[in-house]
Amino acid sequence: MFGAGGGTSSYQEVEETDVIFLWGSNARETHPIFFHHVLKAVHAGARLFSVDPRRTTSAQWADAWLGIDVGTDVALSNTMAREILHAGLHNREFIERATTGFDEYAASVEPWTLERGQEETGVPAEIIRDAAHAYARADRAIICWTLGITEHHNAVDNVFALINLALLTGHVGRYGSGLNPLRGQNNVQGGGDMGAIPNKLPGFQDVERDDEARAKFEAAWGVTIEPRYGWHLTQMFEAMERRELRTLYVVGENPAQSEADTAHAVELLEGLDHLVVQDIFMTRTAELADVVLPASASWCEAEGTVTNSERRVQRVRKALEPPGGARDDIEIVCDIAARMGHDLGPPDAESVWNELRSLSPMHAGMTYPRLDELGGIQWPCYDEQHPGELFLHGRLWESPISGPPAPFNVVEHAPPVDKLSDEFPIRLTTGRRLDSYNTGVQSGGYASPLRRRESLNLSPEDCERLGLDEGELVKVSSRRGSVYAPVRIDETLRPGLAFMTFHFPEEVETNVLTIDATDPKSGTAEFKASAIRVDRLSDAERTGQAASQIAVPAK
Amino acid sequence: MDLKLLDSPPTTAERDAVDGVLGPPASAWVGGERGADGHAALGGHAARAQRHLLLPVLHEVQGRIGWISPAALGYVCRRLTIPPAEAYGVASFYALFALEPRAPLVTHVCTDIACMCRGSSELVAELERTVGPAGEHPGNGRSIWLESPCLGMCERAPAALVTRAGDEAHEHEIAPASASDVAAALASADAPSPPPPLVPQAGDPSLRLLRRIGRVDPGSLDSYRAAGGYAALRAAIDMGPAGVIREVTDSRLLGRGGAAFPTGRKWDAVARNPVRPHYLVCNADESEPGTFKDRVVIEHDPFALVEAMTIAGFATGCERAFVYLRGEYPLAWERLSTAITGARARGFLGDDVMGAGVRFDIELRKGAGAYICGEETALFNSIEGYRGEPRSKPPFPVDSGLFSKPTVVNNVESLINVLDIVLEGGAAFARIGTEQSTGTRLFCLSGCVERPGLYEAPFGVKLGELLEMAGGVAGGRQLKAVLLGGAAGAFVGPDKLDLELSFEATREVGTTLGSGVIMAFDETVDLVPVLLRIAAFFRDESCGQCVPCRVGTVRQQEALLRLASERPRGTVADELALLDEIGQAMRDASICGLGQTAANAIDSAVRELRVFERAAG
Amino acid sequence: MSAVPVTIRRTVELQIDGDAVRVPEGSTILDACKARGLDIPTLCYGETLTPVNACRVCMVEVEGSRVLVPSCARKAEDGMVVRTRSDRVDHSRKMVLEFLGSSVDLSTTQHVDRWNREYGAAPERYGPPAPPAPEGARDRAQAGRHHAGDGQTAATVAQPVKIDNENYVRDYAKCILCYKCVEGCGTDWQNTFAIAVAGRGFDARIATEFDAPLPDSACVYCGNCIAVCPTGALMFKSEYDLRQAGGWDESAQTVTETICSYCGVGCSLELHVQDNTIVKVTSPLDHGVTHGNLCVKGRFGFQYVQNRAPGADDGA
Repeated sequence: MFGAGGGTSSYQEVEETDVIFLWGSNARETHPIFFHHVLKAVHAGARLFSVDPRRTTSAQWADAWLGIDVGTDVALSNTMAREILHAGLHNREFIERATTGFDEYAASVEPWTLERGQEETGVPAEIIRDAAHAYARADRAIICWTLGITEHHNAVDNVFALINLALLTGHVGRYGSGLNPLRGQNNVQGGGDMGAIPNKLPGFQDVERDDEARAKFEAAWGVTIEPRYGWHLTQMFEAMERRELRTLYVVGENPAQSEADTAHAVELLEGLDHLVVQDIFMTRTAELADVVLPASASWCEAEGTVTNSERRVQRVRKALEPPGGARDDIEIVCDIAARMGHDLGPPDAESVWNELRSLSPMHAGMTYPRLDELGGIQWPCYDEQHPGELFLHGRLWESPISGPPAPFNVVEHAPPVDKLSDEFPIRLTTGRRLDSYNTGVQSGGYASPLRRRESLNLSPEDCERLGLDEGELVKVSSRRGSVYAPVRIDETLRPGLAFMTFHFPEEVETNVLTIDATDPKSGTAEFKASAIRVDRLSDAERTGQAASQIAVPAK
Repeated sequence: MDLKLLDSPPTTAERDAVDGVLGPPASAWVGGERGADGHAALGGHAARAQRHLLLPVLHEVQGRIGWISPAALGYVCRRLTIPPAEAYGVASFYALFALEPRAPLVTHVCTDIACMCRGSSELVAELERTVGPAGEHPGNGRSIWLESPCLGMCERAPAALVTRAGDEAHEHEIAPASASDVAAALASADAPSPPPPLVPQAGDPSLRLLRRIGRVDPGSLDSYRAAGGYAALRAAIDMGPAGVIREVTDSRLLGRGGAAFPTGRKWDAVARNPVRPHYLVCNADESEPGTFKDRVVIEHDPFALVEAMTIAGFATGCERAFVYLRGEYPLAWERLSTAITGARARGFLGDDVMGAGVRFDIELRKGAGAYICGEETALFNSIEGYRGEPRSKPPFPVDSGLFSKPTVVNNVESLINVLDIVLEGGAAFARIGTEQSTGTRLFCLSGCVERPGLYEAPFGVKLGELLEMAGGVAGGRQLKAVLLGGAAGAFVGPDKLDLELSFEATREVGTTLGSGVIMAFDETVDLVPVLLRIAAFFRDESCGQCVPCRVGTVRQQEALLRLASERPRGTVADELALLDEIGQAMRDASICGLGQTAANAIDSAVRELRVFERAAG
Repeated sequence: MSAVPVTIRRTVELQIDGDAVRVPEGSTILDACKARGLDIPTLCYGETLTPVNACRVCMVEVEGSRVLVPSCARKAEDGMVVRTRSDRVDHSRKMVLEFLGSSVDLSTTQHVDRWNREYGAAPERYGPPAPPAPEGARDRAQAGRHHAGDGQTAATVAQPVKIDNENYVRDYAKCILCYKCVEGCGTDWQNTFAIAVAGRGFDARIATEFDAPLPDSACVYCGNCIAVCPTGALMFKSEYDLRQAGGWDESAQTVTETICSYCGVGCSLELHVQDNTIVKVTSPLDHGVTHGNLCVKGRFGFQYVQNRAPGADDGA
């Protein structure tokens, strides 16, 4: 936010803060070691609030769980903001000194009375009120979020809604106060840092607007860089749809199973002229490829760096020899470059890193020896004396502030695209479980006593209403398709709310159900909100499906 | 807290037992019916803060159901937000809780040292013959008997405690108990009416602490007031907290629980501590074998304790107090509960005590069969709903005690001394007794004396004089030894009858007054089984936290068993040397007083009485 | 710029074995001894854990204290006079080592042989060990009841090893009851509380509720208990199996620090590799992200890189 994308706080600060909001994050299961830091704070007396449609294992630790209806995050944020304003708890000095757009924002949240907030989110007004007051009155407060915020058609608005709360109360840019997206994969942050996003060069230097940076890279690389943003994943699929994108080089992704509306995604991948997949596994996507490039596992069979959710750049190292035929990503890329007529030489990971340091000022001070010595360094780190930064945006507390003020962004509540109806009356939301990970290609490899098969989790009330027993195989349908899944009775769900994961696509292709309505700004699909129907099976269907649960495309 | 509970629902009776203590569940998330609360839940710090209710709830389940099932424990955990492994760790810590199905009617037969002198071994042998072995269900499967450590009824030895689980749960003592009494109790458990106190000095005008025993109706506040009750609290309120602490300091009252710490200093430290809230804890967990003084006082003069605690709370800024009463005292529990309720109803406890704007109230908590909980920090853990394991000191309770707040913890006897200190002034009090041990002391006389019972005498009284007060050795037999201070105390021989009973004089000869136990053994008693019983007691009662005590008490018992069976490893002298080494390590390296004193009695018997010398020769 | 809060650090000066030592306020006697380069034996001490001072092997003598004090827990104070090798100290360490050595299988506990020699501990002098308890017997022991025997054999905690899952084994015959696993599973880090100390005295043991098998318990297989276990009572199944087969060889292992491949928290892993195979995973105790802790994926989720048999990959 405000430029470079990364969490503003450190884990250490989380331990010492006073109020923590886990908003759309079940960190207890999805970021377990981060949750240790949260628990340190809790044991030191901090109050924990959990905003999540499900009463997750994280929510069970909370002083208050705000079980909003799926996709009403903006409604909750705006209601809290109005309550903070009306109670006079906003930080006027901070707003005056460090922000812009306050008046418009204040006017925009004015209709969001507690009553309306309760009506829209389902959360009792007094609990919204208490949460708002606790956040605003705290000396230090941190908001953390995960995919519960970003896997929506209005992902960026959801993030703005949280930033607005922090700006309203001054809970950013100080030790112990901040805004922290918890990254879902070990190098999501690093990918962005390194420029593996459509609009930035390494170090968050803008491809389109920063001529100076572009020139620097052109000089270093001896190539011309067009001042034009690329496509993010969703836009690529749209481009495939338009048959504009004909060749795809996939490195370490499994879109054939991880994209929303799987059936459609596979269709598009199959329709490409040429598909190259570089992966450590023969994934479903790799099976569709024209060329498969077996790669070594970057975290234990190669050297390099990753960046974590507190912006800490850390070294990964080679501990194992990769299996025969699998090669280091750098080697593969250099070989391809050579075939294309560019001799990049045989660089090792450190020399690639040093080139990055020479081009990305925020990484300039992070030599390999320093990364070893300090156990990683948090960006920005401008020179070899710089220890890295615990938290970002301290400038907002200088008087006057240096750099531009932080803008409020007016955001409006927009419910999920996939509307509930008589035909599809149940809201399906999705997420991860502790011992599994994404589509299971990694986590499927080890024995976990916690692991159960994929299931459709339903509230006890819905199971009773539909006459379903624990373990019973049912047909789950959305407007896009149907899958068969066994039912699990889940007391953390309320009537009308269902839950599934993506961990076992071989058993149940959950993404057949999800909607590919995407946020225009971030390109993230609304995995968190589909409308579904659950049907009991006839005896014939049951015998037919019990053996092999295969996805059925709609129409 | 994200609890994972074993998957079995409680029975209606189990649920009722738990809800009977806690009230109905507030939401589906803590075990109630699922309803309209699907969009929010409160929990967190507030939910976890209920943990101190664990022991009372477990007691209720044990009392109503007769054992604590996995399903019942699970429901307790859900209600109180306690992880089940931890709750199990707590429940399995206490001897009075059964974690496997057990007959609803259980008679605990004391086999400890005071009762040994009074025929408990014969009683047990007869029970084995007539009823069956301990722990096994005779005939109807509705009842069993179990051997028990000291039940604190040593003046009426041998003693037994009957507990009946069920809707009409009740508990009562039988003392003295015969095999036919126990057999009758196992057949039907109708409670007999409680016996009068065994205070042979009753009516003696020189009595101070015991002056109301047997003379007031323990169930009547008016009876207590007619005997001068609540004059001390009025005087205390008039002199103010600082005034009370000044008098207690001037009295030079030393704690009667065993550590002999100056009460005035303790109170002053808590009163001055800026951290709030402050807590007052009355340690009534007397479990030292041979000790029964707190029980007698509470059973027969409960309002005195309530009044004394109110003064202590007023002086030290405590608004909330706990009495931790040992679990084997059903009559004391009943009478103290009644007294607290009565005092509250009449404004002597509550938000405005005596209309003087003082806020003070008392909660009564019950132990569940763990000697270690008499150690003050173990007691805090027990109240808080944790295993009764002692904490490392420092920090001391005046800085970090109950709920990690500044805490005054006093023994029952220490507290009731305060009544006279406030009424007649600290200086007057300090004139009683000896220079360093002021006031009077309660002595629990038991074993082979003619008139066992609770006695009061000024500090400085000689051991022989006390034994004379109790009629000397029963049956005109010769005195062989006296155990001073209980199992954690020390044996002295008949050559010590001139020993002056004061903190300083006993310390000088390397022994202790401890909890006031004076247990006499005559010439007919073989001390070896007594030592084995003491060793078994410490092995059973070690909490297990620290290695020196956990293993040392076992190795000590094993060495004694070898000596007793005359099959030593090496020579007897080798075994005695080993015992000495074990004792030294327990004394030096154990966390708390239990381990530090677990070898004392045995060591003194070896050194002073040369118990194993016969074998050594 | 709003600054990182600084804590004021005072120092205290104490005397250890006759030498003056200055340490930051809040340091323990053990910290001060370590700063002096003194080798104090410890078992229940863990640098990332709240001291429980249960094992009592680190005891030292402090002038003015009636009893010895645990150096791992007692804070250093100005003017304290500490002796780390007095006769009382050495005797107490010898006895604690004997008590443990005679009741617990210490065959995989580090340093014990050296300490036994140093302090003259002879665990065998308590007699031959009593026969092992049958499976589950120690878990059913009731507080306040024990079978005394005749003293001719030394009571032990020997019992069959518990193997109820594929990730780790619990060999409580090796448990010294140091509480570290309970602390790691509980308040100090994981807060899952799957295990606690149950029972009392010599029958005290680490247990789930009602001795339920781990898969029925709250255990989430983070393995943070294994990481802190000083005796090998808790062990990776991979290590246990290799040891059983006689193939465990620490001298042939490499330890490489890297970062976990799963979520974005960035946990440091130490991969212990033998024969190009990961045999166990730890995390550095001094790393601010993990403090030595991992979750089930970081601890056990490495298998996918070594499922190399033909056809194994697509099952992932």
